Amino acid sequence: MKAPFMKMHIVKRVLPLFVAAIVSGCATTANNPKDPYEGFNRAMFAVNEGLDVVIKPVAEVYDAGPLPVKAGVGNFFGNIFDVWTALNNLAQGKGEQGFSDIGRVLINTTIGIGGTFDVASEMGLEKHAEDFGQTMAVWGVGDGPYFYWPIIGPRTTRDTLGWGVDTYLDPVWRVSDVPVRNTMVGVRFVDMRASLLASDKVVEEAAFDKYNYIRDAYLQHRRSEVFDGKPPRGSVD
Amino acid sequence: MKFVLAFLLAFFVANGAVFAQESGPDALVKKITDDVLTVVRQDKDIQNGNTKKAIELVEAKVLPHFNFQHMTALAMGREWAKTSPEQKKRLSEEFRTLLVRTYSNSLTAYKNQTVNYKPTKAGAEEVDVLVRTEIIQPGNKPVQLDYALEKVGDAWKVYDVVVAGISLVTNYRDTFTQEVRANGVDGLILMLVNKNKQLETGKK
Repeated sequence: MKAPFMKMHIVKRVLPLFVAAIVSGCATTANNPKDPYEGFNRAMFAVNEGLDVVIKPVAEVYDAGPLPVKAGVGNFFGNIFDVWTALNNLAQGKGEQGFSDIGRVLINTTIGIGGTFDVASEMGLEKHAEDFGQTMAVWGVGDGPYFYWPIIGPRTTRDTLGWGVDTYLDPVWRVSDVPVRNTMVGVRFVDMRASLLASDKVVEEAAFDKYNYIRDAYLQHRRSEVFDGKPPRGSVD
Repeated sequence: MKFVLAFLLAFFVANGAVFAQESGPDALVKKITDDVLTVVRQDKDIQNGNTKKAIELVEAKVLPHFNFQHMTALAMGREWAKTSPEQKKRLSEEFRTLLVRTYSNSLTAYKNQTVNYKPTKAGAEEVDVLVRTEIIQPGNKPVQLDYALEKVGDAWKVYDVVVAGISLVTNYRDTFTQEVRANGVDGLILMLVNKNKQLETGKK
């Protein structure tokens, strides 16, 4: 006889606590349903901001170097990645782009002297941006929760997996001479960081919260890449 | 020989398109870009990061062609409908200041890039058009830079700028929505005011 009353009593006392917990939970962590691990991500973001104190000055020194050298470095690594871009385009059923990319590699490796000159672009063979994360997206794999990793930065769950495959198959990581390999990986990383220097101040001043701004920008950017720069419009408004 | 012919043909077709669309949205984007880059290419101060000078340039050449009310509405999404006319005015003014600064900062990053205009297919009856351009920089992947324009009366106005797939406008959507839910529309106005003040006083 007493039991139902007891239950009511418990419900009355416990329910408000539940509601309070859910509401406060929403306020602190569920700002964005795509970012359920915001606490972890913000901690990693802080780690990378710390690392950047060392990396950025190196990138700035590199960036002050002569343009032909920087362009050569960017083209060289870009040419290596174009092989993978070609395969990803083919895996996404985009034969025309895939064969155009193969043409790019053949032209740039020979006429472009080992890939240091992007002759193919000047001939009108457009450079594409493809990776395994995009290929999986085309195959129907969803984003999954957003992550911010040390060193490599923002990735969705799918793109984290994609990055793993990209890196596993990356010819640069497979160079057998370890000092040469490490130098190449290092130079490529600095070249990549240097290419982002220009946007540092823009982001710094545009953002109310740098972490949020970068997350939202990354998600927009990847969505656009998956749709080859032409995401369906009208989702805004 | 074939290559040369194809090249010449492409050249004439491209030029013909520009002539045919003299007053169209793509012609407007090209004009604004040319006007701005002509100045930036000669101005060492802007190239060395003088944001104040870049802002003056943007205010003179770019601002008249932007529809900031529409931009603010886009950034706010559903929350826009809940604002009074007075709030709309304040929000648009403050958001304009912030966007002009963002746009100007990106101009100071200009180095040796060239702009490639992609063909825009817009019928005469269209009132909403996306103009696609591409920033070419040696050694890097080209960066896509798109402008969304709408026809207001006889004039075309830009209401969104999209860099590498990132809308400079809708990137604020989540932040703005969150602030409105937490502190109301006036809270968002205050947040924008404070941000602009901080940027104004913090600059070199």
